[in-house]
Amino acid sequence: MAHPVQWFIWTVYPYLMLGSFIFGTIIRFAFYPASVTAKSSELLEKRRLMRGSIFFHVGIIMVFFGHIVGIFIPKVWTDALGIPNEVYHMFALVAGGLGGLAALIGMLILTYRRFSDVRVHMTSTLSDLIVNVSLLIIIILGLSATFIVSATQPEFNYRENLSIWGRQLFYFRPNYLLMLNVPLLFKAHVFFGLAIFGFFPYTRLVHAFALPIRYIKRRYLVYRKRPQL
Amino acid sequence: MKIKAQISMVLNLDKCIGCHTCSVTCKNTWTNRPGAEYMWFNNVETKPGVGYPKGWEDEDHYRGGWHLNQKGHLELVAGSKLNKIALGKIFYNPDMPELDDYYEPWTYDYQTLFSPEKKHQPVARAKSQLTGQPMDLKWGPNWDDDLAGSSETMQDDPNIKKIQTEIKTNFEDAFMMYLPRLCEHCLNAPCVSSCPSGAMYKRDEDGIVLVDQEKCRGWRFCMTGCPYKKVYFNWKTNKAEKCTFCYPRIEEGLPTVCSETCVGRIRYIGVILYDADKVRSAAEEPDEQKLYERQLEVFLDPNDPEVVAAAQEAGIHDDMIEAAQNSPIYKMAVEEKIAFPLHPEYRTMPMVWYVPPLSPIMNYFEGKDSIHNPEMIFPAIDEMRIPVDYLASLLTGGNTTVVKAALYKLAMMRLYMRAKTAGKDFDESKLDRVNLTADRATALYRLLAIAKYQDRFVIPKSHKEYAEDTFSEQGTVGYESCDGCGLAGDRQDRFGKKQPQKTSEEIYAESFYGGIWRD
Repeated sequence: MAHPVQWFIWTVYPYLMLGSFIFGTIIRFAFYPASVTAKSSELLEKRRLMRGSIFFHVGIIMVFFGHIVGIFIPKVWTDALGIPNEVYHMFALVAGGLGGLAALIGMLILTYRRFSDVRVHMTSTLSDLIVNVSLLIIIILGLSATFIVSATQPEFNYRENLSIWGRQLFYFRPNYLLMLNVPLLFKAHVFFGLAIFGFFPYTRLVHAFALPIRYIKRRYLVYRKRPQL
Repeated sequence: MKIKAQISMVLNLDKCIGCHTCSVTCKNTWTNRPGAEYMWFNNVETKPGVGYPKGWEDEDHYRGGWHLNQKGHLELVAGSKLNKIALGKIFYNPDMPELDDYYEPWTYDYQTLFSPEKKHQPVARAKSQLTGQPMDLKWGPNWDDDLAGSSETMQDDPNIKKIQTEIKTNFEDAFMMYLPRLCEHCLNAPCVSSCPSGAMYKRDEDGIVLVDQEKCRGWRFCMTGCPYKKVYFNWKTNKAEKCTFCYPRIEEGLPTVCSETCVGRIRYIGVILYDADKVRSAAEEPDEQKLYERQLEVFLDPNDPEVVAAAQEAGIHDDMIEAAQNSPIYKMAVEEKIAFPLHPEYRTMPMVWYVPPLSPIMNYFEGKDSIHNPEMIFPAIDEMRIPVDYLASLLTGGNTTVVKAALYKLAMMRLYMRAKTAGKDFDESKLDRVNLTADRATALYRLLAIAKYQDRFVIPKSHKEYAEDTFSEQGTVGYESCDGCGLAGDRQDRFGKKQPQKTSEEIYAESFYGGIWRD
């Protein structure tokens, strides 16, 4: 093994983080379901939350779906459909860029708010602060990986190595050699992103799993009956 | 017909002296915890006034309750389900009140009072209970109590903007009344209807509205949905909390803490049987002034044998039916029509009702030769110091006729009893005009003025012995098991370090000393 560190980071570390993600989620919902909340601080500060939260959430949802497409749709499929690489790339840059920018603006506002607003800051836990800062870092890394690398190394196409490695993770045969020549910014983004997955279920981020979809079809009034003999 | 039983309350505002005992005992029982400092499940407001939170009755601002959409169907004012999704309201709830709409809770820096001797007298400064920072007090609970500073704020009372009568703020012409408020435990509860997680529910057996702390995910739509602003958000547990109608006491047949401790004995608790199938159509009544009467139609006569049979078939316990038959609420709301719902125009079908106050008019009037000339009450009430249309905008959606009828009845009852006790003659035919008889006037007097404990509180036990699994009931009462919900749960600082606080026992021992509560 020529690159033990690289091997560890791209074959073992992802499974540690994803394992922690799954394990934590199960534990959280099975044993601490009452602790899952949106952890809103809207009661304490409202104006900056409005801008920050809407920008961030809309942006991050766009970015999320962008990542799904980028990782799970192989290049051969789009090639078969006759979509030229340049068109795909432009589309990814524009849509991903817009989503990423929205998320970045939102997160900047939210982070500033969390550290500068006395009420919000004093009622934050360490975990809230870590989540805030790491989301800011991952968004900045993601945006700079996309834009800086496409400017400086236009010949680099993540769909020929990074995405393939990403898919390989899901059938448990990741080839770390694919990651060796990936630019550092991309590597950092992936590394840090996996870390966020790792601590996701132990923090406030877990509220993403509490999305109340059932409300859409539910009747308005809810009665609960105590079981009787 | 789908019969359900509802525990409900009537407050006789005529006798409320605004002492806040109900609020304080309620707070001592339920909300003296970190995160809940600003919550008052029960509070007493001076009216006219902006209330708590500021201007809560201004639904153009807070957008609580229901309205009718273009098709004439009920819809939450805060928006339909589609509207909430399309506008991303789950990311940011535009209608939610902020802490400053209530007030920032504070304590005082008592430590400095015990510091070593200094040249100047030490002062205990106000310190925020949220941030620990010193603060300038600009607003607090009951800031406008007894019209204090009301020349500044009173004009912001949404009821004043609604009515025709000009409200005077100069001292000679001012009026005030007290309005104790708690959760209305509505039949058509908009908080329950707003809750995306399904954590809020109405108990099938007695209609008490509760928040399931395990299921609450803190989306806060209940806060905006409730037009009375009686659902609160705990900043520490990040969950919603509200008045529980002291259900652990109700289940044992005991009145709520606020009712038990009311020194004026103004509160009545009893059971109402109602037809759940009629609630929706009643709440969809297009005319706001008729909503009060439509709500009365939803209630069922507990002495009607058909209703009793249907109730038994629906599995309602005989004790509950018997309580409904003796219910003081049914007497006041349905039989005598002297109690009214708070803001029926929100279309929530509230179940905490109010007997309108009469005091200022009676004081003005009792000095005269009133017993011999009871007819005088009619013009006098029409020119009452508390304008009838102010009361109507609070209690009947603007319907002054029914409020006046109730006030006439109360005034006539007083005159009758006064004549009777003083041994004066009273023409009993005068009682006819307000739809009373001598017997009913006496019974009403007993209920309102004597207000015996067993007449005020007719509460059936919940028969927990029939509950399937008593083990599952263990620990479901109170907030103790939830982290940070306990009376004095450990407060963590930002780095997760626990800052030890007093235990419940220590707090209890400290405040309950020698058989009396100390502050």
